[in-house]
Amino acid sequence: MTTVTATGSWVQRNRMTLTPLLFLLPGVLFFVVYVISPIFQSFGISLYEWDGLGEADYIGLDNYRELMTDRAFEISLWNNVKWLVLYLLAIPAGLFIALFLNQTVRGIRLYKSLFFFPFVLSQVVVGLVFSWFYLPREGLLNAMLALFGLEPVNILGDPQLATYGIIAAGLWPQTAYCMILYLTGLNAVDPEQIEAGRLDGAKGWRMLWHVVLPQLRPATFIAFVVTIIGALRSFDLISIMTNGGPFGSTRVLSFLMFEKALGEYGFRMGYGSAIAVVLFLIMLVFIGYFLWQMWRDERAARH
Amino acid sequence: MRSIVKTPLAVLAATTMLSGAAVAQDSLSGTLRISSDMSNPAPRAIIEGLVEDFGEMHPDLDIELTVVDREAWKTQIRNVLSANPPDVVNWYAANRMGPYVDAGLFMDISDWWEAGDYEGLESVRGALTMDGRQWGIPYTYYQWGVYYREDIYNELGLSEPTTWEEELANCEVIIDSGRACYTIGTRFLWTAGGWFDYLNMRTNGFDFHMALARGEVPWTDERVRQTFANWRELIDMGAFIEDHQTYSWQDALPLMINGEAAAYLMGNFVVPHLREAGLTDDQIDFYQFPAINPDVELGEDAPTDTFHVPAGAENVEAARAFLAYVASPEVQTEINGPDGLGQLPVNANASVADDEFNQQGFEMLSENAQGGIAQFFDRDFPAEMAAIGMEGLQEFMVFPDNLDDILNRLEQARQRIYD
Repeated sequence: MTTVTATGSWVQRNRMTLTPLLFLLPGVLFFVVYVISPIFQSFGISLYEWDGLGEADYIGLDNYRELMTDRAFEISLWNNVKWLVLYLLAIPAGLFIALFLNQTVRGIRLYKSLFFFPFVLSQVVVGLVFSWFYLPREGLLNAMLALFGLEPVNILGDPQLATYGIIAAGLWPQTAYCMILYLTGLNAVDPEQIEAGRLDGAKGWRMLWHVVLPQLRPATFIAFVVTIIGALRSFDLISIMTNGGPFGSTRVLSFLMFEKALGEYGFRMGYGSAIAVVLFLIMLVFIGYFLWQMWRDERAARH
Repeated sequence: MRSIVKTPLAVLAATTMLSGAAVAQDSLSGTLRISSDMSNPAPRAIIEGLVEDFGEMHPDLDIELTVVDREAWKTQIRNVLSANPPDVVNWYAANRMGPYVDAGLFMDISDWWEAGDYEGLESVRGALTMDGRQWGIPYTYYQWGVYYREDIYNELGLSEPTTWEEELANCEVIIDSGRACYTIGTRFLWTAGGWFDYLNMRTNGFDFHMALARGEVPWTDERVRQTFANWRELIDMGAFIEDHQTYSWQDALPLMINGEAAAYLMGNFVVPHLREAGLTDDQIDFYQFPAINPDVELGEDAPTDTFHVPAGAENVEAARAFLAYVASPEVQTEINGPDGLGQLPVNANASVADDEFNQQGFEMLSENAQGGIAQFFDRDFPAEMAAIGMEGLQEFMVFPDNLDDILNRLEQARQRIYD
């Protein structure tokens, strides 16, 4: 009797702490099992030579040493950098389209939907459409170049150009995404501040830079986050458009990791894990920065 | 559903006798679980027909058939074999078996070969042998070679080349007529592997090619360079279509169909595609890849598809009977026939379909392939070497000047992979 009351009162006393913990439990459990623990497993596996079937041989840091001399890894890493830098173009592009569409004319909703449309498409469809667009003989791009009397190019078949061709395809939906983020942000821009700015004689670029953009900071932050993550996850487009080729020139780290660990000729689990670890460390830089930024904003908001 | 064999009694008798005297006619019972990668329409009908007919012969036996997409199977087989394996699975011959043989996931069925289960399969036994033991049985194979537009050759007054000089001369004429000699799509790399197989086997012989596959010869060897030098002759004269690195092998087909390219080095599975596209048998024909070095015997690529029994199979007895059934001459004739796979039967006692291409292929492989029969670049070379190798071959076809760099890279990979 006494015990029951004691337990009851303990639960009752800690209800405010227990309830959220209980609600969080399922999510946390899945997060730990499917996200956190595989990260540590990857660290572990990357120290082994393992084909996924037989015995795993401990080889220390040999996989990482091999990475240092692997040209495929070097190319993939550089391609990741290209993706990161060029993909950010989606943010200014999205901003300007949003500014352009942020007006009240007849049928503006339709125009907005049309601009937003590419984001709704599956990446696979985007990849297919662009690879047809780039086709060396029948492609629309070369038909257009021919109109201007230019030589045809085979963008996806040229190791120098192929990655840029894929990034261009990726920018199409990503720009739409950033645009929608900014359109929402623009709704929250305070008209009184615009008015005040105008009275002070600001217009054009100055108005944009000093009055509008600071108010769009939350939207810009989110746009950065989704674009960086999108750039690091660029897998589907590469797989659809070039399959990593020609001769491996368009691979990024995630694609290389997949090929080495799970592809038809792969099954080097240790080596694939080593690539995954490197990719994780790169992402960690960004994730760390974003978390720090968010923590700072929240602290600022509280004070 | 089409029925495969109309002589079940004879086969049944043969099968059960082979399986050992103790096995009576209907002693097979329990469940036989088969996981197959025969997912394309024609092969699917075949495996379903096999299961149905085999089931009729053994009424007490339950057969569970799982058909997995052929491409997906290449990665799924690993999971299937390691957890709760079925009794029979599909796979490929030669080095492609390596990972599963090494991991002890395929059952050693040498005893069944010794017991005479597979009479008539002696010639293909080598492809199923690793470490001196046999690990499965083949059920079909097909030739590779040059499929060409007979009408274009006739128009230009060309005949099938048998030597490298004739080959180059033919090609010159074809190029002068405004066409490419060969169509090819190297986007998925393996098509370039086919070219290398043939050029290397013709330049240095089958045995050298296999030594290279086993990692016994450096890629920077002078003889390998000679192979690439021969290849380069074709590349420099413009024998191959442009932009092939962007096309899959199917994408490259229309160029042959509309006459922009005169020929295609490909496996026999290309024939139905050409026929469906409207080319008649008067317009397409086949020739064996011409000799280059007259001192070496001709070797051929003839990839073999196989059945295996996983090491963890539960109904081994039924699996054994099923394998013997599939390998028997009657079944072999039927499943590889024109209504089936349209390929070559593996059993010497089976008859080859009355089809221009099957007949030519069979004749070529049985009479004019003294050098030996290879499986294919990505089945003879270890997987990792094959992947890096084919990438290099594709690069060579686009930028032949990069050869030194490519060969050094492959050599580096060879030293790491085979040690």
